Amino acid sequence: MSSSEYAIEVKNLAKSYKDNKVLQGIDFRVKRGTMLALLGPNGAGKTTIVRILSTLLTFDKGSVTVEGYDAKRNPEKIRSVIGLTSQSATVDEMLTGRENLIMMGRLYRLTKTSARERANELLVDFSLVNAADRPAKTYSGGMRRRLDLAVSLIAAPPIIFLDEPTTGLDPRSRIAMWDIIRKLMKDGTTILLTTQYLEEADQLADNIILIDDGKIAAEGTAKELKSKMGNDKLELVFKNEQDLISAKSALKNKNISEDKSQFMLTVPVSNTNKDVKATLDALNEEGIAIEALALHKPTLDDVFLSITSKQDLPKKGKN
Amino acid sequence: MSVKLEFKQQPVIIQVLSDSLIMVKRSSTHILRNTDQLLGTFFQPIMFLVLFAAVFGGAISTALPEGVSYLNFLMAGIIVQTVAFGSTTTAIAVCNDLKNGIIDRFRSLPMSNLAVLIGHVVSDLFRNSISTIVMLVAGLVIGFRSSASFLDWLAIAGILLLFTFAFSWLAAIVGVIAKSVEAVQWLTFVIVFPLTFASSAFVPTEGMTPILKAFAENQPITQIVEAVRALILGTPIGNYGWLAVAWSLGILFVAVPVSYYLFSRKSA
Repeated sequence: MSSSEYAIEVKNLAKSYKDNKVLQGIDFRVKRGTMLALLGPNGAGKTTIVRILSTLLTFDKGSVTVEGYDAKRNPEKIRSVIGLTSQSATVDEMLTGRENLIMMGRLYRLTKTSARERANELLVDFSLVNAADRPAKTYSGGMRRRLDLAVSLIAAPPIIFLDEPTTGLDPRSRIAMWDIIRKLMKDGTTILLTTQYLEEADQLADNIILIDDGKIAAEGTAKELKSKMGNDKLELVFKNEQDLISAKSALKNKNISEDKSQFMLTVPVSNTNKDVKATLDALNEEGIAIEALALHKPTLDDVFLSITSKQDLPKKGKN
Repeated sequence: MSVKLEFKQQPVIIQVLSDSLIMVKRSSTHILRNTDQLLGTFFQPIMFLVLFAAVFGGAISTALPEGVSYLNFLMAGIIVQTVAFGSTTTAIAVCNDLKNGIIDRFRSLPMSNLAVLIGHVVSDLFRNSISTIVMLVAGLVIGFRSSASFLDWLAIAGILLLFTFAFSWLAAIVGVIAKSVEAVQWLTFVIVFPLTFASSAFVPTEGMTPILKAFAENQPITQIVEAVRALILGTPIGNYGWLAVAWSLGILFVAVPVSYYLFSRKSA
C-alpha cells in the first residue's frame, strides 16, 4: 500500500483503436477517501478509462497508478485492491446471490469463513436476504445491480470503480443505490464513478471531470463548475408579443435574451434581491403584466450542454 | 463493516489450483442446474446406441470378423463419438462466459485466467463420464458383452478420460474463436462429424475408397476407437494403445497453451 495522498493517479493517458482516438491525454488524481465522477455523453471515453484503471485494457501512452501500483508493471497487485462494477451486470446467473458472493470472495483469496460471514453481512446491507438463495437470473434489474455492487465489495477493497451504476434503474432503485454509495464514502472508500446523469454527479461526487471526445473538457467541484456558467437567471413570461417588446425596451439591459415563440425574456441577475426588485419595478412603472416568473439557478446540465453541445450524434466505436 | 476479513497467502501454484477448484465447482453447478442439457446427457447416448445398433447392425455384421456382434463392435465407436460431440458444451460454456460481462469480473479479480477454462473442461469430464456409463449400462441391457478384465477396463477408462480432456481443450479454442453460441454449434459440428464418420467408429475401414481409407486410418479418432475396441473385444491392441495416448497428449500439448493464449487476449 502506498502512503501517497492520492489513491489514483493518471498522467497523460492516451488510447486508440486503429484511427479512432478514444482517449487523448487524460490527467487526473483522486485523493484517498474521496469520490471523483467522470461525466460525459456516450462514447466520450468514460468506460475506456475505467477499463484501463481496472487492468482490463492496455493503453498506448501515459501512466496509470492505482494505490501506488503501476498498471503496466503490477496489474495483479491492482486487482487485489479494487472492486469493479461494470455497466453490464457481471454476476453468474446460474448461481444464487449467496453463491456468487462466496465464490468471488474466495477468488479474492478470502478464507472460507471470512467469505461466508462477509456474504451474510452484505446480503443484509443490500436488502437481498430474501433472495439470497435464488439463482441470480430470477433477480430484478435493481436487485442484480445491488448484487453486482455487493460482489465488488466482498473483500472490502479500498478502491471501487462504478461504471454507470444506476443506468437503466427506476427512480426508487436509483435512490437506494445512491444511499449505498454514500455509505461507502462514509466508510472511507475511494470511489471513481462514471455517469451520464448530472444529478448523480452533483449529488454524490467531491470532484467532477467532464469528459468529451476523449479529452477533459472541464473539472472542479459541482459548485465550481456551476459558477463557471455565471449568474442566476430571471425568466419572465408575458401574455403576448406586444408585452414582450415593451418589456424589453423598459428594461434597457443589453444582456437580456428573448424567446419570441414563448414570449419569454431571460434576465441575468448578479445581486438577486436588488436586481429582481429593479426588474419588477421597471415593468410595474410601464404597467406591463407578467404571466409567469421563475428564478433559474445554473445547473450542471447547463455546464454539460454548453460544453458538449457541439456533438449530438453518437460516435462510432466503444465508449 | 463488522466482519473481520482474513486473507490467505499461498504460493502461486496452490493459488492456481485453488482457483481451478472453485471454477470446477461453478461449472459443475451450471451443469447440474441446466436440467434440459442434463436430460440430453442421459438420453442422447442411449438413442444413438440403440439406433445405430438397430439400423446398421444387420447390414454391417457381414463385414465384421467371425463371431463379433455389431453391438460389441459399435460400443467403442459410439462412446468416442458421444464424447467428441459432448465437447460442444465446453465450447458453449466458454463462449457464453466471453459474451456475458462475467469475464470482466473474473479479469478484474486477483485470480488465474486459466482457472476459468480449467473449470469448464474438468466439469465436462464429469458430464461425459456420466454419458459413457449410461451408454455402457444401456448396452448391457440390449446385449452388449465384453471379455475385458478389470485391468482392461481401467485402461479403457484412462484412454477415454485422456481423450475427453484433450478434446475439450480443442473445444475451448472453438468457444473462444466463435462469435456466438450458434457459431459454436455449427463449428463443432463440421469438425466433429467428419472426424467421427470418416473413421472406424461405425464401420470397418476396408470398404472405403483409398483416399478416404488413408485418412480414416491415420486420424486420431480411429486410433482411440481401435484401442478401446481391442480392449473390449480382447483382440491384439497393436500400436493403437500408444498411438491413442500419443494423439491425446499431442492435442493437449497444443490446445492448452493456444486456448489460454486466445482466451487471455479476447476482450468481452
